[in-house]
Amino acid sequence: MKRVLVVGNGMVGYKFCEKFVSQQQADDFELVVFGDEPRPAYDRVHLSEYFENQDAKALELAPADWYAENGIRLICDQRVTDIDAAQKQIRTANGRLHPYDYLVLATGSVPFVPPIPGVEKKGVFVYRTIEDLEGMMAYAKEINTKKPNGKAAILGGGLLGLEAGKAVLDMGLEPHVVEFAPKLMPRQLDARSSAVLQLKLESMGIHIHLSKATNKILGENAITGMEFSEDDTLDVDMLIISAGIRPRDELGNTCGLEMGTRGGFVVNDKMETSEPDIYAIGEIALYNQLIYGLVAPGYDMAEVAVQQILGDATTVMPAEIDMSTKLKLIGVDVASFGTPYMPADKGLSILFENKTKFTYKRINVSHDGKTLLGGILVGDADDYNILHQMYLNGMPLPDNAEELIVGARGEGGSAFGSAMALPDSAQICSCESISKGTICDSILDGSCSSFKDVVHATKAATGCGGCKPMVTDLVNESLKSMGKEVKEVICEHFDYSRQELYGIIKVKGITTYDEALDTIGKGDGCELCKPALASIFATIYNDTANKEAVIQDSNDRFLANIQRNGSYSVVPRIPGGEITPDRLIVLGEVAKKYNLYTKITGGQRIDLFGAELNDLPAIWEELIAVGFESGHAYGKSLRTVKSCVGSTWCRYGMDESVSFAIALEERYKGLRSPHKLKGGVSGCIRECAEARGKDFGVIAVEGGWNLYVCGNGGATPKHAQLLASQIDNETVIKYLDRFLMYYIRTAAPLVRTAAWLEKLEGGIEQLKKIVVEDSLQLAQDLEADMQDLVNKYECEWKQAVVNPEIRKRFSHFVNTDERDDNIAFVDLREQKMPEPWIN
Amino acid sequence: MEALLDNYNTVAATTVRTWFKACKVEDIPKNGGACIKYQDKQIALFNFARKGKWYACQNLCPHKMEMVLSRGMIGDQEGMAKVACPMHKKTFSLETGENLNGDLQPIATYPVKIEEGFVYLGFSE
Repeated sequence: MKRVLVVGNGMVGYKFCEKFVSQQQADDFELVVFGDEPRPAYDRVHLSEYFENQDAKALELAPADWYAENGIRLICDQRVTDIDAAQKQIRTANGRLHPYDYLVLATGSVPFVPPIPGVEKKGVFVYRTIEDLEGMMAYAKEINTKKPNGKAAILGGGLLGLEAGKAVLDMGLEPHVVEFAPKLMPRQLDARSSAVLQLKLESMGIHIHLSKATNKILGENAITGMEFSEDDTLDVDMLIISAGIRPRDELGNTCGLEMGTRGGFVVNDKMETSEPDIYAIGEIALYNQLIYGLVAPGYDMAEVAVQQILGDATTVMPAEIDMSTKLKLIGVDVASFGTPYMPADKGLSILFENKTKFTYKRINVSHDGKTLLGGILVGDADDYNILHQMYLNGMPLPDNAEELIVGARGEGGSAFGSAMALPDSAQICSCESISKGTICDSILDGSCSSFKDVVHATKAATGCGGCKPMVTDLVNESLKSMGKEVKEVICEHFDYSRQELYGIIKVKGITTYDEALDTIGKGDGCELCKPALASIFATIYNDTANKEAVIQDSNDRFLANIQRNGSYSVVPRIPGGEITPDRLIVLGEVAKKYNLYTKITGGQRIDLFGAELNDLPAIWEELIAVGFESGHAYGKSLRTVKSCVGSTWCRYGMDESVSFAIALEERYKGLRSPHKLKGGVSGCIRECAEARGKDFGVIAVEGGWNLYVCGNGGATPKHAQLLASQIDNETVIKYLDRFLMYYIRTAAPLVRTAAWLEKLEGGIEQLKKIVVEDSLQLAQDLEADMQDLVNKYECEWKQAVVNPEIRKRFSHFVNTDERDDNIAFVDLREQKMPEPWIN
Repeated sequence: MEALLDNYNTVAATTVRTWFKACKVEDIPKNGGACIKYQDKQIALFNFARKGKWYACQNLCPHKMEMVLSRGMIGDQEGMAKVACPMHKKTFSLETGENLNGDLQPIATYPVKIEEGFVYLGFSE
């Protein structure tokens, strides 16, 4: 059995133990830990909480029993004095020798006490351990009994110094923070954010003194004041020094470890020191010539050392260490990430400051505005986690990056996507290095079913707790994703939404329904997935309904609308509603010949009702002979583009609405989509074509056309919304190509454009970005797909009447030429109608 | 109307007295259906090629009494073969005739056999 000695039982030393014993191979090792404090490791990050509750146990990272339970020997209150690297053993203060196979140094740091005359005086403290706090509290109590308005100074306006400021407040003294630099938290904040934070702290009764170099500590035996310059002094009764840290590296001298000029053991990316089998982690480790005073990199180092010792050579420290932090400082959110401030040649900054609410936000973006480089948040750091993740993962910024800090204007709420948009590798809990994937998988694999479970199983959110909201989101979203009612699958045969199916079928090149069922579906299909896939095939390959007749909805299978008694109606295309007298006459003759009921439709064409299945090919043969084409009135496809008469005749007309309507209808005829599509073109704002009641509507205005999209009549009437204004014919077509194809690709089955837009995140504004500004960089692709469909258009009735095999489909019986004797008509105003339904 | 429905009663394979030679196998589209006339009956006949099975039922949808079931799409619901009426998408089991998405009365089903490339429907009269 090999022996691992850990010197130091602080936060990082403890983390090493925790990570070590969680590994299976740990059973082959004996782990002994030395700590020189009287108690096991505690949470130094939240040290100031001790002032509130004086409960050392609450700060404990693990109770003393935990070490024994995990086979770890913990020796507290015992300082290690020497390392004998040659003999691979250490000596403790009581003179005992302990041999090791591996030695892990996690001795941490001590507060740096600047060499100011008088620092040895009574009443001067450092801020590091529970014992330090106990000493301060006892002294403060003494002051409070002697005088009513005792004052305490804190030397150092960094993170820890401000925490100490809060401690002083809690002790009932008046705090004065003295900082050498011209700003608070000089490592994290810029001058403006420091000013905002200063205002806030001052409002809480904490006095701030910046740009002050302390010359002398005044007083006889005990401190009575501080002297900055001859006439500049501050009377205080107590001083807490929080001016940075120095690594506790005395042990290095005993064995010749390589050290930095300002202390710390030099380590490589494996956490190895210059001596074999001796590792250093935490604030004692000098990595990349830097000491990292944050807990997160310390934990990462612990992980690396554990893996290296257990034989996994691949786990190493990253070359760059993320120094982002978020903390609640005296109840004020302060966070900084990435490059918090930077020279202008690296990027540009977006700033938001509101001193009335003590808030300051700054994000730094690359010159092209595409990448987040870093930022600072003071007063409101709710969005820190997502910003930090955007930075870490190099995620693209939204078009209006300022919305990340000021919030999205108008509808739509947050400028961020949900946490679910992050890649699986995104680190959600940086204290414990827990990725999004780990959190989500713990739910998805069924091992966890609540936030509590996840925290317990993954340790996420057990560190600083800053990731709690994101973990909660991920847990909730993952749980939701498992609920069957949430996932929008098209039916029991395909576990995909229509949009997903579109993508899969296109990528895999699936061309038939059976192939789709066999490769990405299950079972034998149904009336839901068959037409949905037929529509997708039509969009991708421009298959007409004749290719796979049995997967078409009944209307598409027979290229006509089934009516109440099982007879069909015939609707030839009349583009824009314009028709010659000769063609009108043909329609009349055909209607008379086959005894059809005729009516003008809402879409400006003529519907011929009451045709028997057997007669459909013959009727169409006659219509096609004079140039009619299928009107696709039976399909989930483009129906009509309605028009008013426009400027050719109308005295108010601004443009040729009929000509444009015909052009649009000719372009998009035969286009199959998730639901029916209707268009309209009006020649002026009087809007006689009711274009805004259509899926797309074009209205002539001064200087071009206004293009409206996503309207409909029907049960829930919706006016179409303005997509672009004053554009020419070519631009209308370009935008329509993009819009229609994007809708066709992404909508669920039987969802019309208006309902689709309602569900589209960001609504019409987002649609404008996609269609007009090409924010998704899809435009070329969408236009090309549409042009391809336009080029491949074929009239499916023409296909049908010339093909004897297809014509066979149009027979009521297969074993006789007899007609369906069940069909019965009654008279209606000189025409006919089906017998009324009785039930 | 009642008379129409009375004309259709499920025939069990064991009670077939007449095997009617309805059509050739290729007259019915794969995974689709067509209508057979037998005396005064209209029978919807389906070639469920994916299951390797043939099904026959009344062409009459009991919902609105229209002769249309043969034009419906077929498929399965959790493995059960079914047909969806083209009028209002009422679905019926092709195995038991029951209405799967409502409480309409069941439709009559008929035995089918294939011999030498021909499709035969079984009737009890």
